[in-house]
Amino acid sequence: MNFTLLAAQTADSGTKMEIGDAAITAVFGYSVVFFGLVLLMCVLYITGAFFKSKDAKAKAALESAKKETAAKPAEAAPAPVDLPTAPGSAGHVKLHGVPDKEAAMIMAIVADKMQTPLNELRFISIKEVK
Amino acid sequence: MNIVETLEKLWNDSGFQSFFVGDGWKNLVMIAISCVLLYLGIVKKFEPLLLVGIAFGCLLVNLSYFGPESTDALYHPELWSQFLDESSEYYHSYGHVMAHGGLLDILYIGVKAGIYPSLIFLGVGAMTDFGPLIANPKSLLLGAAAQMGVFLAFFGAVCLGFTGNQAASIGIIGGADGPTAIFLTTRLAPELLGPIAIAAYSYMALIPMIQPPLMRLLTTEKERQVKMEQNRNVTKTEKIIFPIIVAMFVILLLPSTAPLVGCLMLGNLWRECGVTERLSDTVQNALMNIVTVFLGISVGATTAASSFLNIKTLMIIVLGLTAFAFSTIGGLLVGKLMYILTGGKINPLIGSAGVSAVPMAARVSQMEGQKANPSNFLLMHAMGPNVAGVIGSAIAAGFLLAVFGK
Repeated sequence: MNFTLLAAQTADSGTKMEIGDAAITAVFGYSVVFFGLVLLMCVLYITGAFFKSKDAKAKAALESAKKETAAKPAEAAPAPVDLPTAPGSAGHVKLHGVPDKEAAMIMAIVADKMQTPLNELRFISIKEVK
Repeated sequence: MNIVETLEKLWNDSGFQSFFVGDGWKNLVMIAISCVLLYLGIVKKFEPLLLVGIAFGCLLVNLSYFGPESTDALYHPELWSQFLDESSEYYHSYGHVMAHGGLLDILYIGVKAGIYPSLIFLGVGAMTDFGPLIANPKSLLLGAAAQMGVFLAFFGAVCLGFTGNQAASIGIIGGADGPTAIFLTTRLAPELLGPIAIAAYSYMALIPMIQPPLMRLLTTEKERQVKMEQNRNVTKTEKIIFPIIVAMFVILLLPSTAPLVGCLMLGNLWRECGVTERLSDTVQNALMNIVTVFLGISVGATTAASSFLNIKTLMIIVLGLTAFAFSTIGGLLVGKLMYILTGGKINPLIGSAGVSAVPMAARVSQMEGQKANPSNFLLMHAMGPNVAGVIGSAIAAGFLLAVFGK
C-alpha cells in the first residue's frame, strides 16, 4: 500500500471564510429555514381547513338526520330498552358530555390509581367540568 | 528456535510496545476517554444505544491503529484521506477501501455514503406521530426558531478559524439531531466526524440538564403556568397526506435534503397508511437496531488518537454546547412572542422543544410546565415543535450542504 503522510489525515475540508460572509450566510440560512417551515405551515393550514370544513359538513348532515328522526311520530321511535348488564356489573354509568371512550379511559385510570379491580368499583356518573 | 528473538518479535508486534513509541501515548489517552464514554453510556444511560457503540468503536480503533504502518488495524484514516484527496489515484475509490481496509473501514462505507443516517431517519419517521404538528401547524415556527443555535455556532466557528465546511458541520450540532449531524459532517468535514458525533449525542443526553435553567431564566412563573387548549383531532387522511406534502415541498425547496427528508417521510407514510404494518414494524425495530449497530461502531472508529486529540476537539465541544443553548433560547423567545400575540394561550415552554431531540426535549417542557402548575400537561403540545425541529434541522442541513457541498 502506498500510504500518504499521516498529516494528510487531518487536512481541513473547505476553505476559510470571511467573517462578514459567514454572518450573511448565517442570517440567510436561518431565513431559509423559516421560509421553508412557514411555507409548510401555510400548506398545513390549507389542508387542515379543507378537512375541518369536510368534518363540519359531515356533522351538519348528521345533525339534520337526527332532527328528521326526532320530527317523526313518537310511535315510530323504538321504545327505550333497558339493556342487560354484564355479570358482576354494578349497573350503567351516566355520562354528561363525556364520550364513551374517554369515560372508559377515566374509569381505567381511577382503577389503576386506586389499585382496585375495575369490577369492584361503582361509577355512578362522569361529568365534564367546564 | 531462539526464544529471546521470538519474544522480542512478539513484543515488537504487540500493541503494548506501540504505546511507548512516538505518539503512542495518545492512544492510551483515547482508551481512557473511550472508557469514560462507556461509563456514561452504561451507568449514566447517556443515549446508550449509540454511545456504547461509539465508545467501543473508539476503543477498538485506538487498540489497533498506531499509524499508517498498522496493517492489522480495524480502521485506517489514511485510506479515507486518499479517498478524499482529488490528486490521489484512489480518489473516491471504495474498491481500494474494500481491498485494503479493516472491518471498521468497510462498515464506515455506510456512513460515508450517507446510508446509515438516512436509514435511521426511515425508522424515526416510522416511530413519529406527526399528529400534534398537523393539529397545530404554528408549531413549525418554533421548530424553525430553534435552529438559531445552528447558525450562531456556525458563525462562532468561522470566527474561531474553522473553514466554512467545518463550521457548518459544527453548527449542525445545535439541531440536536445525531443522524443529521453525521450525514452533514461526512459530506462536508469528515475529519471532524468523531468529535462532532460524540458532542451531538452527549449533549442530546444532557438536554434535561442544559435546558431547564435556560427555560426558567427566560420565562416567568405566570408564563410557565399557562394551560393550553386541547388540540383538535387529526383525521387518518390528514396523517397520510402529511408525509407526501412535506416530501414534495421540502425536497423541491432544497433538493439536498432529499435523502433525509425522503426517508423520514417514507417511514412515516409506512406508519400511517395502514397497509404496510410489516414494513413499518421492521424499520422501527429490526432495521433501526441493525443500522444503530453499524452506525455507532463505525462513527466511533473515526476517533483515532492522531485526529481526535487536538485543540479543535475542545473547541467543537464548547461550540456544540453553545449551539444547543442558543437553539433552546431561539425556541423560547419565539414561544414568548407567541404567548404575547395569542394573549397568553401558548405556554412558551413548548418553544424549547423545537430542538429536535425527540422526545427528550418535549419531556423536559412537560416536566418544567408541571413544576409550575401540577395540573399542566404540555407533552402533546410540545411534541408539535419537537417533530417540527426534526424537519427544521434537516432543512438547515440541506441549506448548509447546498452552500458548502461540492
